[in-house]
Amino acid sequence: MTSRRDFIKISAMGAGVLAMSSGTYGAIKLISSPENASKLRVDLKRTPTYCEVCFWKCAGWVYKTSEGKIWKIIGNDEDQHSNGRFCPRGTGGVGMYYDEDRLKTPLIRVKERGKQVFREASWDEAFEYIAAKMKDISSKYGPESMALFTHGSGSAYYTNLTKAYGSSNIAEPSYAQCRGPRDEAFMATFGEEVYSPEITDIRDTKCLVLIGSHIGENMHNGQIQEMSDAIDKGVTIITVDPRFSTAAGKSKFWLPIKPSTDIALLLAWINEIIFNDYYDKKYVEKYCSGFDKLKEHVKDFTPEWAYGITTIKPDLIRKTAKEMADASPSVIVHPGRHVTWYGDDTQRVRAVAILNALLGSWGRRGGFYRPAKFAVPSAKIPKYPEPKKTWTDAFPGKYPIASSPVSNALIAASIPENKPGILIKGWIVNGTNLISSIPNRPDTIKAIQNLDLIVAIDTMPMEITGWADVVLPECTYLERYDALRISPYRKPAIALRMPAAEAKNSTRSGYNIARGLAVNLGLEAYVPFEKQEELLDWQLKQIGSSLEEMQRVGVKTSEREADDLYFAENEDVVFSTDSGKIELFSKAFEDAGFDPLPKYVAHEEPAEGFYRLIYGRAPMHTFGRTLNNPNLTDLMKENSVWVNPKVSKEWGLKAGQYIWLKNQDGVVSDFPIKVRITERIRWDSIYMVHGFGHGQKQLERCFGKGASDTQLITKVLIDPIMGGTGMRGNFVTFVTEKTEKEVAS
Amino acid sequence: MRYAMAVDTRKCVGCSDCVVACQTENNVPIGFCRDWVVEVMDGTYPQLEMEIRSERCNHCENAPCVRCCPTGASQKIEGGIVVVDHNKCIGCGACMASCPYDARYPHPAGYVDKCTFCEHRIKNGLSPACVAVCPTKCLYFGDLHDLNSNVSVILKRRKFKTLIPEAGTNPQLYFLI
Amino acid sequence: MKEETIVSGRMNQLIDPHLHIWHWQISLYLFLGGMAAGILAIAALYFIRGREKDYKTAVRITPFLAPFLLVLGLIALFIDLRHKLFFWQLYTNIRLQSPMSWGAWTLMVITPVSFIWCALHIKDIFPRWDWKFKILFDLESFFNKYKIALAWVMLIYAIILGIYTGILLSAFNARPLWNTSILGPLFLASGLSAGAAATLLLSKNTMERKQFARVDLVLIGIELFLIIHMFMGFNASTQVQIEAAKMFLGGPYTMSFWIFVVILGMLIPALLEIMELGKFHIPAMMPAVMVIFGSLMLRFIIVYAGQVSRWLY
Ligand SMILES: Nc1nc2c(c(=O)[nH]1)N[C@H]1C(S)=C(S)[C@@H](COP(=O)(O)OP(=O)(O)OC[C@H]3O[C@@H](n4cnc5c(=O)[nH]c(N)nc54)[C@H](O)[C@@H]3O)O[C@H]1N2
Ligand SMILES: Nc1nc2c(c(=O)[nH]1)N[C@H]1C(S)=C(S)[C@@H](COP(=O)(O)OP(=O)(O)OC[C@H]3O[C@@H](n4cnc5c(=O)[nH]c(N)nc54)[C@H](O)[C@@H]3O)O[C@H]1N2
Ligand code: SF4
Ligand code: SF4
Ligand code: SF4
Ligand code: SF4
Ligand code: SF4
Ligand SMILES: [Mo]
Repeated sequence: MTSRRDFIKISAMGAGVLAMSSGTYGAIKLISSPENASKLRVDLKRTPTYCEVCFWKCAGWVYKTSEGKIWKIIGNDEDQHSNGRFCPRGTGGVGMYYDEDRLKTPLIRVKERGKQVFREASWDEAFEYIAAKMKDISSKYGPESMALFTHGSGSAYYTNLTKAYGSSNIAEPSYAQCRGPRDEAFMATFGEEVYSPEITDIRDTKCLVLIGSHIGENMHNGQIQEMSDAIDKGVTIITVDPRFSTAAGKSKFWLPIKPSTDIALLLAWINEIIFNDYYDKKYVEKYCSGFDKLKEHVKDFTPEWAYGITTIKPDLIRKTAKEMADASPSVIVHPGRHVTWYGDDTQRVRAVAILNALLGSWGRRGGFYRPAKFAVPSAKIPKYPEPKKTWTDAFPGKYPIASSPVSNALIAASIPENKPGILIKGWIVNGTNLISSIPNRPDTIKAIQNLDLIVAIDTMPMEITGWADVVLPECTYLERYDALRISPYRKPAIALRMPAAEAKNSTRSGYNIARGLAVNLGLEAYVPFEKQEELLDWQLKQIGSSLEEMQRVGVKTSEREADDLYFAENEDVVFSTDSGKIELFSKAFEDAGFDPLPKYVAHEEPAEGFYRLIYGRAPMHTFGRTLNNPNLTDLMKENSVWVNPKVSKEWGLKAGQYIWLKNQDGVVSDFPIKVRITERIRWDSIYMVHGFGHGQKQLERCFGKGASDTQLITKVLIDPIMGGTGMRGNFVTFVTEKTEKEVAS
Repeated sequence: MRYAMAVDTRKCVGCSDCVVACQTENNVPIGFCRDWVVEVMDGTYPQLEMEIRSERCNHCENAPCVRCCPTGASQKIEGGIVVVDHNKCIGCGACMASCPYDARYPHPAGYVDKCTFCEHRIKNGLSPACVAVCPTKCLYFGDLHDLNSNVSVILKRRKFKTLIPEAGTNPQLYFLI
Repeated sequence: MKEETIVSGRMNQLIDPHLHIWHWQISLYLFLGGMAAGILAIAALYFIRGREKDYKTAVRITPFLAPFLLVLGLIALFIDLRHKLFFWQLYTNIRLQSPMSWGAWTLMVITPVSFIWCALHIKDIFPRWDWKFKILFDLESFFNKYKIALAWVMLIYAIILGIYTGILLSAFNARPLWNTSILGPLFLASGLSAGAAATLLLSKNTMERKQFARVDLVLIGIELFLIIHMFMGFNASTQVQIEAAKMFLGGPYTMSFWIFVVILGMLIPALLEIMELGKFHIPAMMPAVMVIFGSLMLRFIIVYAGQVSRWLY
């Protein structure tokens, strides 16, 4: 990203006076001719949906032209997730439907794995092929040897299918690569997780503390909307980030922390808040346990102590602690979402949870509210068979606190050399691009090479589909029904997704695919409704609505049963922890052999000439999945590597120059990446947006654009508590010229 | 009537939703845009400041693009909105050359195109597509002559600036600072 | 460090129009128009001053180039238009504030005038020319009768055309490099100089050639004066104009401008013309071709560089 002026200069020189180039306007493809613009106003048809471009699941309307072409997607005003406003990715969701590079038909691999040679197949053939292999695996190794990796709204169908088949090895990357540590830390402290959408009452908060969470770039719609509302109301934002994030630009205090040292800062804040009597005494007395142990534990963790570790000035630590105390209980120390950073993440988020407890923000206005959710019955199906073994038998004793299967553990259990207690032989992969979502890619590939079957269900030809034996093309969310959205929020609500257009090519909806597989596996009884519409209508009628009504309104919100969004004055609350209290000191952790109170442990530092690799989101993309979306590609075509001017000077790097990155294990990025020289990053780190550097050639718009952070994350800092994959312990250096060997590999 | 827009640079996060929404609403061909987002960062780590602006045609009171158009295709309509009549435009590019804000682009169909303040929406009582979509609600739109309109109210309350006032165009896109 | 970034990915020459508004067509159009204006203005002026006999080539022969140049120029303009089918809109509208508009109308007047002028002198080129139809003979005698008036019209419109080629650009406040009132006179002088060079090229009469070498020398002197003035003006002006001038004073256009326009297009031909006047025998073609080339390059460079220069904010 050069500046506009630089770009002009460059191009002016390039153009030269004598290069009489005329414009290239003719080459642009029109999505819809402008003459349609006037016609577009008449005879509009709209259908409800909820967005699938990320996991916030905003409800909205798909508008079509009079010819029935999908035109635009607009938020549903009644929806709490979106309040009638979609984020850029959701607005650009139309491009998912129009993308010409989409998967079109089922594919069956014909050469060895990794060669990516497929033949087109019919659905029946694909189903039969998969069913035969799955039966084979079941008889040879037991049904527990199948694993499901899944993400997104189709998960329910394949989860049902996998359980019916006899396996409970079902993992989502949103656990061990994302929210797992947060969920376990809050469970251990408050007996409850913070859900998705998070129960943070940002709109009414007076002080918002962001530890790394880069809201504004992390474009989770409700949060950004509420943060903006809070800015209008004069909120104090405190951002802790080694990078000057967008949120930092909106903050009263930006704490440019040395990466990996957050626990030290959090402990210093706790120290400051306890020893200055800033904490909410009544709240702590009534609801919390273990306060004295905590006080004793943090007594030496002064701001001066933390300064030496975090590089944050003691004065700034004190001021910000005071700021939080002044706002208490309307203060949110945000739990974050993608928190798998350094392997001590559960402990870091525990410190966050403790801080919130001390400030009395849990259950309070402007802190964390109590969510409410619609109860919708599900179809009546036979009991699932009881699996003889589960993923926990693969590596007994590991990750004792994990409440969901750990994706990376399932991957490790697929590699015979690891001598797992249960060897995984087959994968179904739905809606997750494991090759770019799970760190240490070589391990993932090694696991795949040992499988008897790998099925990928996706909408796009992604890296994971390239490795699959069978690829099943799902239609996009704009062409299908899906399960009702029933997320917890301030008010209970449901939202409907229905097709706005017919499924393109021979793609099918997730429900249909799962049912097809079930039929072929003889598990039809578990998917009793042939059509999803019938199931939806049946479900909706149980709660006094109908499919017809939902098609009209899209979203149905009801009032809470009781006025209990926040704790009432002096309310007696029983927390779902062992002690029924907010556990500042975690007995459960202690019993499992972990620190009952968070401790700061120093992490490895970059070697001379290396820089810590940190990464994050760009507001206009979701991971790698939107990079080929024609409506979004242009907004950010490639990622860049953010380099501090001091560093670029030392290396002689020029803005806009393409270089390669090489990590501590000698891995060089497949594709070059553009240098962005910016003061927004520390001199000991470099930053890049996650998701870029696609190596899948069929992705015409984004193939080879930018570099992949995942490829460079070969060192994984596993959280011993719950198995999370800490990804920020990798260091990179710059390679300005790639040797031929490296280019070839 | 005098339509105007205000952009709160303190709330804008640079997400570019305004750009995507304009694109789908107005069928702006892929590769072009009627609005865009600029981020200006200044300082030395860690003393940094950032301003983010969603920009588009300023619907200048004194619009050079209208003046220099040889056919009258570029014109000012009710409310001070500057529009291009596609059937009058010969695609000579004079208006593009005359706009200090580079707010216009040559539509592949031949004519020159630009932000219309979503005239087709506002006459039906809707706000412009970019204003309606912005997740941070940092865009304000309305009639400056109506002292109670969104834009009048916010301009009364907050400090603001316009871009290149010295170009003499009298722009009607205000940036709250 | 200050960093300005367009975060919505607009950094794309397809989108940032100022990178590609006008290409060779407009540069060529301005050059051809300017040269035709120069030729016609010189012809009209010498005719009005009664020097037709002395400068026969300039008054009677060189103008035959003008209609071709003008038509070619119009074709170039037409090619530049992106919405060609709506071309006629130019001539159903008179927009006094739009230089493009009055340029189009000026051409509408001067092109037929140039044709008539040529028609009146066609026998100088084709001695056995026959108009064949009576009406054409009548017309010829009509214009011959009012030739002085015709010459005045031609002179005035040629000067308007010559200035217009510069004003078209200088009316754009948005492009600091163009936004100087010197561009009008400079392009007029450059057009006249190219016009004089054309006669230098065509004339077989030594006296006429010497006269036009002298005229050209004066014009080159004026151009140099204007150029120096232009840069002095820029440097004494706002930051954006200082930036604009920098493109020529060390920036990306420095080499091309000073070498092609000033040295090869002005200084060397001027030197050659001085030598010619000082009785050295120089093929007249050389300075003439160089002047015309310089005049062309001036248009190209100013048109391109102007689009690069912009306000900063
Ligand atoms: N536009 C967009 N929005 C998204 C997504 C998307 O793909 N695109 N994905 C969604 C999903 S699934 C998730 S989980 C969330 C993730 O969003 P977040 O939870 O906000 O993710 P983080 O990893 O916390 O945020 C990355 C930030 O952490 C900073 N950082 C790096 N190292 C450190 C450190 O050691 N200490 C501190 N304090 N900060 C550090 C980086 O500089 C960067 O600003 O985003 C969601 N929102
Ligand atoms: N290096 C690195 N790794 C990370 C992260 C990071 O920041 N850096 N972030 C982590 C986080 S927070 C998360 S949540 C995970 C997310 O990891 P993933 O869920 O794997 O995210 P994506 O890469 O978007 O992959 C989603 C896949 O689903 C496909 N898809 C999209 N829509 C549909 C659909 O409707 N149906 C089906 N069947 N498929 C669909 C897409 O084409 C794509 O292949 O990644 C984690 N991994
Ligand atoms: S936040 Fe954006 S991408 Fe995510 S669901 Fe909502 S609109 Fe879609
Ligand atoms: S949509 Fe709003 S917040 Fe996003 S870039 Fe545009 S103006 Fe800024
Ligand atoms: S911003 Fe440009 S296009 Fe818009 S009115 Fe002003 S000069 Fe014309
Ligand atoms: S391009 Fe069209 S709108 Fe612009 S000046 Fe020419 S005719 Fe007018
Ligand atoms: S007002 Fe309408 S046309 Fe103008 S930028 Fe916004 S959405 Fe686009
Ligand atoms: Mo995530």
